[in-house]
Amino acid sequence: MTKPQAKLMQGNEACTLGAFAAGLEFYAGYPITPSTEIAELCSEELPKLGGKFIQMEDEIGSIAACIGASLAGKKAMTATSGPGFSLMQECLGYASLTEVPIVIVDVQRMGPSTGMPTSPAQADLMQARWGTHGDHPIVVLAPGNVRECFELTFRAFDIAESLRVPVIVLMDEIVGHMREKVILPDPATLKPGRRAAPESPAGYKPYAADSDGGVPLMADFGTGYRWHVTGLFHDESGRPTQKAETCDRLLRRLSRKVEKAAPSIESHFEESLEEAEIVVVSFGCSAMSALSAVRRARREGLKAGLLRLKSVWPFPDDLVIRACAGASGVVVPEMNLGQLALEVERSLGGRAPVRRLGKVNGELFRPEEIFEAIASVAGREAAE
Amino acid sequence: MRVEFRLSGSGGQGLLLAGIVLAEAAILDDRNAVQTQSYGPEARGGASKAEVVISDEDIDYPKATDPDYLLALTAESYRTYGALMGAGGGRGLIIVDASVPLSSDIKARTVSVPILATAADKVGKKVVANIVALGVLGGISKAASRESLEAAVLKRVPKGTEELNLSALRAGFELAEAALAMRDARRVDAADPRIAAMDDARKARKGVDDGRYR
Amino acid sequence: MSDFLSYFRQDNLPHIWCPGCGHGTVTGAIVRAIARKGLDKNKVCIVSGIGCSSRAVGYLDFDTLHTAHGRALAFATGIKLARPELKVIVMTGDGDCTAIGGNHFIHAARRNIDITTIVMNNNIYGMTSGQYSPMTPKGMYGTTAPYGNLERSFDLCELAKAAGATYVGRATSYHVPLLIDLIEAALGNKGFSVVEAMVQCPTYFGRKNKIGGPVEMLEWIKEGTVNVKAAASLPPEKLAGKALIGELHNAPAPEYTADYDELIAKVQRKFDTFQGGLYGCASNSD
Repeated sequence: MTKPQAKLMQGNEACTLGAFAAGLEFYAGYPITPSTEIAELCSEELPKLGGKFIQMEDEIGSIAACIGASLAGKKAMTATSGPGFSLMQECLGYASLTEVPIVIVDVQRMGPSTGMPTSPAQADLMQARWGTHGDHPIVVLAPGNVRECFELTFRAFDIAESLRVPVIVLMDEIVGHMREKVILPDPATLKPGRRAAPESPAGYKPYAADSDGGVPLMADFGTGYRWHVTGLFHDESGRPTQKAETCDRLLRRLSRKVEKAAPSIESHFEESLEEAEIVVVSFGCSAMSALSAVRRARREGLKAGLLRLKSVWPFPDDLVIRACAGASGVVVPEMNLGQLALEVERSLGGRAPVRRLGKVNGELFRPEEIFEAIASVAGREAAE
Repeated sequence: MRVEFRLSGSGGQGLLLAGIVLAEAAILDDRNAVQTQSYGPEARGGASKAEVVISDEDIDYPKATDPDYLLALTAESYRTYGALMGAGGGRGLIIVDASVPLSSDIKARTVSVPILATAADKVGKKVVANIVALGVLGGISKAASRESLEAAVLKRVPKGTEELNLSALRAGFELAEAALAMRDARRVDAADPRIAAMDDARKARKGVDDGRYR
Repeated sequence: MSDFLSYFRQDNLPHIWCPGCGHGTVTGAIVRAIARKGLDKNKVCIVSGIGCSSRAVGYLDFDTLHTAHGRALAFATGIKLARPELKVIVMTGDGDCTAIGGNHFIHAARRNIDITTIVMNNNIYGMTSGQYSPMTPKGMYGTTAPYGNLERSFDLCELAKAAGATYVGRATSYHVPLLIDLIEAALGNKGFSVVEAMVQCPTYFGRKNKIGGPVEMLEWIKEGTVNVKAAASLPPEKLAGKALIGELHNAPAPEYTADYDELIAKVQRKFDTFQGGLYGCASNSD
């Protein structure tokens, strides 16, 4: 194996390599800017690895094919952007309810609608959580640089496989398209996980699990288990049911499954949070500008700190509360009109005032925009 | 120390590739580099730009805010991005193709270099103008060593075109030498002192910081 | 009969279909065709969408997948491509297949992926109680076509053929032996196969259109069809408004998943020094 070395790599490319490292075996997708490089790389590399790539007729077909492949025992992924992600929502709910592990990469661009296809945005944050109808379990990770595109995509597979949930890697045009120097981990040190399988078909109940968030054992199609999967509410045998108690237990278990795993899913980056009076909470591309702004603030004597979320759903309430414990003000820069800010406000419950800093013109924050917000929250006029 | 480049021209001139190679060469020199670009219809014929940030430190913000070097291969890109030069208080240098008429409205330090003509006439292929430009940028800024630029070019260009691209790069180096030699006449400063500072810092550093953390 | 019961999840019976519905007849025909082919139960996967017909898979003792409305073929494509050794069958209805799932249908046919698709065409959306579908004949009634359907209907078999299906046949719940034969032949075709099974929906289509009960509907279906072999010697006026039944198209062609396996073999030969994906391809970034 080649010795890992520094490389200039694009975020979309690192994401794809992360998927390969995690054991990706199946990719179905539909071309859409700014995610297309992921499909292109998969089409070229997967056959070399013995895996399969298919360009489906649309994004609905893409996620459906991924679910099918996952049921057949393969690690499956699709990648898209806003409009395609919207089309995937129904089947995303299907994967949630039927507990089929898949990974969906959403490289966010400006919306709504066709919007600005080549411009960055972070406005799918709520869609990623609530886009499909019905309460449903889901996990969303948000890389903030190229290396994390690799790491979090790898991690997405492990979470998907261990919890049997769809996991979304929420990237954005900046993170997906920028190239930077990265040193990827040695593949030999990576140990990708796989779903837990039953031992024998005798008495197999595909949805039997501890009601306190247990994860049922999953058999691959074609291996003698002959089980039934349905998007209807079902009992432990997979049979459709409308029995109130059974349905209630099912949905609560699904929700509890992710809730219980939340501490192990939580992931973040922080800088200068010790004794920070102004805490900037951000994610993805906005956090790059925020980091630059926080560093400048510190240089200029402002006690600012950055909390950058790498896992956004389940929302890390405790982490945000801890990080903002000593803050007199919180600034939330994001490339939307205040989606993350809503969650930060909710979790802080009024402990500190939250300044919403939304940007929706398709251009990445300039660091000084965030610096000025920090300075203004700190009650100081910006230096310029 | 952070040095910012903006490479601009029209879509199809290969400036994205030039930006990538510049960033890769900087990495071979053990520096950090980030490359971004404007995507979209521009990539198919309109104004196009790629940006490269090279630094010895962690690069938190990936875009050029006040470029130290602007490469402009077309009149449109010269006017559009030239006018922004120095807006942040920097003393950035414009490297503009000699085919572009200079404008008195653009105040930043400027050097006019026959990049397109050199590619077409001297190297013999118009398509390698991006590599000639890379040689000029690298030669003037010294942001990456010649050896690394050559190695990076060889890694990225199609098989069978290695010699052509190397001669284009070297032609760019020569143009850079000539531009630097003319600096008194054209008010071009010598190689950026901050690059030298970066080299010193790198030499002083023990080992490579592999733990990219952001 | 008892032999065929072993293909059913008997615990899941009785089924939800109305008395006189044709879906059970088709489900029985599929099971008989599978039995005749001697397919290994553990290597058959049956996928359906949403609608009355799509409920069939819940009663069948294979790996079964009851998916989202219109998407059965897309899910099935994922399964088949992931595990080409499985025999993948799709059970779908006229609305599921030709309206919401129409795009997946033509593209699965275009790819000639080895999936046997059985379309149970009852000319109506039964599950939602009787709205017109793309297969409702012009002029007939549905709850959303109270003045008669203005839209022209698809000829599903012509559509399948034009889109690239390599085996196409049509039978009805009246012509059961023919239906079994066609499904058996479709299962034998290595490629995308379509069998349209015209079936009666006495509850909604029959009642709304005053055709009568199950028996009258079966008569109506029978009267509306002509065997393709007989049709060859009939004058055009005798064929007007009739659906042809029998084997309508049989043109084997290279199959998609087999082609993909060949591609893998070819690519792996070419890149036999490839290290395994992590770093070997890192220079392909643009």
